[in-house]
Amino acid sequence: MENEIEFKNVCKSFYSLKGETHVLQNMNFTIKKGEIVAIVGPSGCGKSTLLNLISGLIKPDQGTIQISKKVGYMFQKDNLLEWRTVYKNITLGPEIKKIKVDNKHIDTLLEKYGLSEFKFHYPKELSGGMRQRVALLRTLVLDPDILLLDEPFSSLDYQTKITVQDDIYKIIKETQKTTILVTHDITEAIAMANRVLVLTKRPSTIKAVFDIQLDLKEEKTPFLARNSAKFKDYFNLIWEALDIHE
Amino acid sequence: MNKQKKEYTNQEKYVRNYKKNRRIILFSQIALVFVFIGVWELFSSVGILDEFLFSKPSAIVKLLAQYIKTNEIFKHVGISLYETLLGLIIGTSLGILLAIGLWFSKTLTKILDPFLVVLNALPKTALAPILIIWAGTGIKGIVVVSISLSLVMTIISAHNFFAHVDEDKLKMLKSFHASKFQILTKLVLPSNVANLLSIIKINIGMAWVGVIVGEFLVSRFGIGYLVVYGGQVFKLDLVMMGVFVLAILAYLMYLIVTIFEKYYRKKR
Repeated sequence: MENEIEFKNVCKSFYSLKGETHVLQNMNFTIKKGEIVAIVGPSGCGKSTLLNLISGLIKPDQGTIQISKKVGYMFQKDNLLEWRTVYKNITLGPEIKKIKVDNKHIDTLLEKYGLSEFKFHYPKELSGGMRQRVALLRTLVLDPDILLLDEPFSSLDYQTKITVQDDIYKIIKETQKTTILVTHDITEAIAMANRVLVLTKRPSTIKAVFDIQLDLKEEKTPFLARNSAKFKDYFNLIWEALDIHE
Repeated sequence: MNKQKKEYTNQEKYVRNYKKNRRIILFSQIALVFVFIGVWELFSSVGILDEFLFSKPSAIVKLLAQYIKTNEIFKHVGISLYETLLGLIIGTSLGILLAIGLWFSKTLTKILDPFLVVLNALPKTALAPILIIWAGTGIKGIVVVSISLSLVMTIISAHNFFAHVDEDKLKMLKSFHASKFQILTKLVLPSNVANLLSIIKINIGMAWVGVIVGEFLVSRFGIGYLVVYGGQVFKLDLVMMGVFVLAILAYLMYLIVTIFEKYYRKKR
């Protein structure tokens, strides 16, 4: 399979008057089409910097990043604009890029994700899970090949989180998007991803890579993944690799 | 007897309590006004207050009726209102436009910052005589004084609101590769409508101060003129009437903005 994302010796630092903060050091990895890759690491280790690099919001100091396809970015907060209806929020991307919107396509998407009757509602009238789905639709409308998820579930309460994880996993699988999920939640990483990258403390580099194979009888969903006997083993392996106590 | 007494649910009790509270507040407000006017009238009539210095409500109302009868009041109100609206509209919109300009360039903001701070701290009424000499002694001069009162504050506070727009939303728009202008029209301005309305509310007061000060200095019409003329000839009725009319006008303008605000909140 072809590589959709390739990092070669990427370094990134941030500068302030107090000095240089070396965030990423010699990052090397590739991600293939259709993979779901989770990135975990100690807090402040540059996980978000990695996503910002992939989305092109910032440029690397050294090394090269190859990305063959369109990128869509989904954030920790839904960042819905309160003064716009659900419909106007979803069409924000095409509006900015001055692309004509296919209204039928949007209606089918809304229908599919249970938001049809809320098309002309304002965000404050929606529940947390619905808001997050609207945020995902806003990203999906531009039909990106690569999805970047920056802790997208961390602001949701526990029950909502579990259901939204399943929802979004389903959407990703159906649309066969290559996905990078940044998270601090190890269980979420194992439940969603085929591969987990563990980063070291700053300056970050890749410490360990785990291919997740849960040997489930049914088709995988994040919820079912938690029942797998191997779930706990992966948890312990990743926990050890994170080396929190160091 | 007991049967006829209706049992209220807790919800009904809450609503009744809420309404009762509202009635008490409104009643107290009206009562305060009447007591104030009544005591004033009484004290002036029996001589506890010197009528020459303090006037009295009935005399003020009589004078106002006379001014209304001769249509004189409308001339003064009209001209002051015209000046205030011009000052308010030009001052606020120019201030917001300049704030947008500053928002486009952080370096420019930093360069101009100390000058804006000094201009803001300066009591603008001290500049009024100069401004009037520069702009002319007619309506123009008065409007310029009015603008000067609200302009700098508008620039500073509007820019402050613009610069502190939600960082995460900003990042979201940037991830769509939005241009700076698109960020302005799709995020910065719409997210600050409520803040801009509150700037307008403050500026109503400022615009009136400017107009009255301007009319004190140069004018033969307007409410400021009435007040200053009344003071010079010791006609305190006239001064009080001017202040009373001024209070009503300022309140009405404030009310209009508040209605806009409510409409806007409902829509959201």
